[in-house]
Amino acid sequence: MEFFFDLTVNGLLVGLMYALVAVGFVLIYKATSVINFAQGDLVMFAAYGAAVMLGLGWMPLWAVIPVLATGMVALGFVLERGILRPLIGQPVISVIMVTIGLAFVLQGLAAILWKAGTRELPLPVRVEPYVVGGVFISPINVVAAVTAILSLVAFGLFFTRSRFGIAMRAVADDQQASMTVGINVRRVFALSWAIAGIAAAAGGLIWGNMLGVDTFLALVGLKVFPVVILGGLDSILGAIVGGLIVGLVESIAAGYLDPYVGGGTKDFVPYVLMILVLFVRPHGFFGREIIERV
Amino acid sequence: MSAVSAAPDRTDTRAGTARALLSVNNIEVIYDHVILVLKGVSLKVPEGGIVALLGANGAGKSTTLKAISGLLRTERGDVTKGAIEFRGEPIHRRNPNEVVRHGIVQVMEGRHVFEHLTVEENLLTGAYTQGGARTKPDLEMVYGYFPRLKDRRGFRAGYVSGGEQQMLAIGRALMAHPRLMLLDEPSMGLAPMLVQEIFEIVARLNREENVAVLLAEQNATMALRFAQHGYVMENGRIVLDGDATTIADNEDIKEFYLGLTGVGQRKSYRDVKHYKRRKRWLS
Ligand SMILES: Nc1ncnc2c1ncn2[C@@H]1O[C@H](COP(=O)(O)OP(=O)(O)O)[C@@H](O)[C@H]1O
Ligand SMILES: [Mg+2]
Repeated sequence: MEFFFDLTVNGLLVGLMYALVAVGFVLIYKATSVINFAQGDLVMFAAYGAAVMLGLGWMPLWAVIPVLATGMVALGFVLERGILRPLIGQPVISVIMVTIGLAFVLQGLAAILWKAGTRELPLPVRVEPYVVGGVFISPINVVAAVTAILSLVAFGLFFTRSRFGIAMRAVADDQQASMTVGINVRRVFALSWAIAGIAAAAGGLIWGNMLGVDTFLALVGLKVFPVVILGGLDSILGAIVGGLIVGLVESIAAGYLDPYVGGGTKDFVPYVLMILVLFVRPHGFFGREIIERV
Repeated sequence: MSAVSAAPDRTDTRAGTARALLSVNNIEVIYDHVILVLKGVSLKVPEGGIVALLGANGAGKSTTLKAISGLLRTERGDVTKGAIEFRGEPIHRRNPNEVVRHGIVQVMEGRHVFEHLTVEENLLTGAYTQGGARTKPDLEMVYGYFPRLKDRRGFRAGYVSGGEQQMLAIGRALMAHPRLMLLDEPSMGLAPMLVQEIFEIVARLNREENVAVLLAEQNATMALRFAQHGYVMENGRIVLDGDATTIADNEDIKEFYLGLTGVGQRKSYRDVKHYKRRKRWLS
């Protein structure tokens, strides 16, 4: 039974990190209708950035974090401006192909810039697990969860309280109407990429620490799809719940099945779940309902 | 009859005697590079005036408003000839968000509220260009004109009634402190009582907040009751214009344009053509 609790708690903690990366994805989809296949690569890129900066030893962690966030915001702006904006009005499939292409470019670029081979991303977090009531909790998972929760709360406040946040939701709802109130829709597009960059920075730091930094880190992006299909492509709340579910399910499945199948359960179980959900709820559990008022 | 001038290209109409806030000079609009929709439209809105733009469905009223607000380009439309000036400045090359900053806000046909945002959040989007300094008093100002919106402030806009959505669309526009409001078919789909109520509030806004209004309407009777001046459009042209009372009293116009049913069917299309021919011959 304690084993089960271990899996549950650590699964949920990791799930919050999935939620954070998925929020970056959902934001871009909501505001710009672009399905960004490169979200995991942004995470990988951010992790490299952090590992390289820490590796140089010029800056302590507290200074690296704001520099990393700023860099990822800049990268978001550049990608939107240089690659996505010229594609406005093009068929969805073209845009998808471009984000897939972008994913490979980012991986190639990282390999060229920083060479192959896994780098360490050391964080001042203790390694030995906490034991709470007989349940083993990994400290980095706690750090991850706290980071994710703080980021998600900050995003939530941004979307409901700030002028730009409300403008972003308005653009997601009705682009033409947003223009009639004077919102610069292109600026909102750029902003959504910038925020996705911040989410990637947070994800990159934590995952880089947990898994080590190399181009395989981009594979965490593959977890985004089960998460957002579960929660609904355009729902931030859905991304959070979807992240928790995926984290939980894969942790439990891996805990009980891996010994029999020889590992790898974590990687396919979320997709099985995703396919099942697609059968029942094509828009996910929190996907935007179309309001029909008579 | 004599007080009504019908001349698509004349710009010195009676509205023009007051200082023109907006003047649309002989514009041509083409959609998708080939579809010619406006064929030389001219009109003026004086400072603080209410001007009605009348005409049947498909006449080109919405296209005219979108040409002014800059929304046209988002629908692959383009002003290919003529000019639009607001306070003497050309604006027909501007993006919609710049036009809003100049002081023109369009309230689109079909309201276009942000359905998943609350009523109050909708109003806040209207203040986007204002930088946030006067948001609270502005909200109270809008709630003063539309008390119903205050009751509904926490509701998602997609779930309030059609009349409330129309009020919300107008209130949202008001938050941008416009000098000119472009109102597209505010009466559409609403009960006559409600239309009356909304038009009365628009008239108050016009007086008290000094907002000029260009009102596109199929509901000519109601529009002319509140406007000082009216233009009648047909098939991408202004076919006549004049004082609201003159238009409303004019026998021919009554029959051809004010006799429109709600869905915009004419009693006799042939008579309209006849009227136009006669006018062209006169001018
Ligand atoms: N985006 C568009 N592309 C092509 N044609 C359009 C477009 N919008 C409107 N039209 C055409 O322009 C004409 C005028 O339409 P509109 O301005 O909406 O008229 P109204 O508002 O008076 O009903 C119609 O024939 C309509 O089919
Ligand atoms: Mg129209």
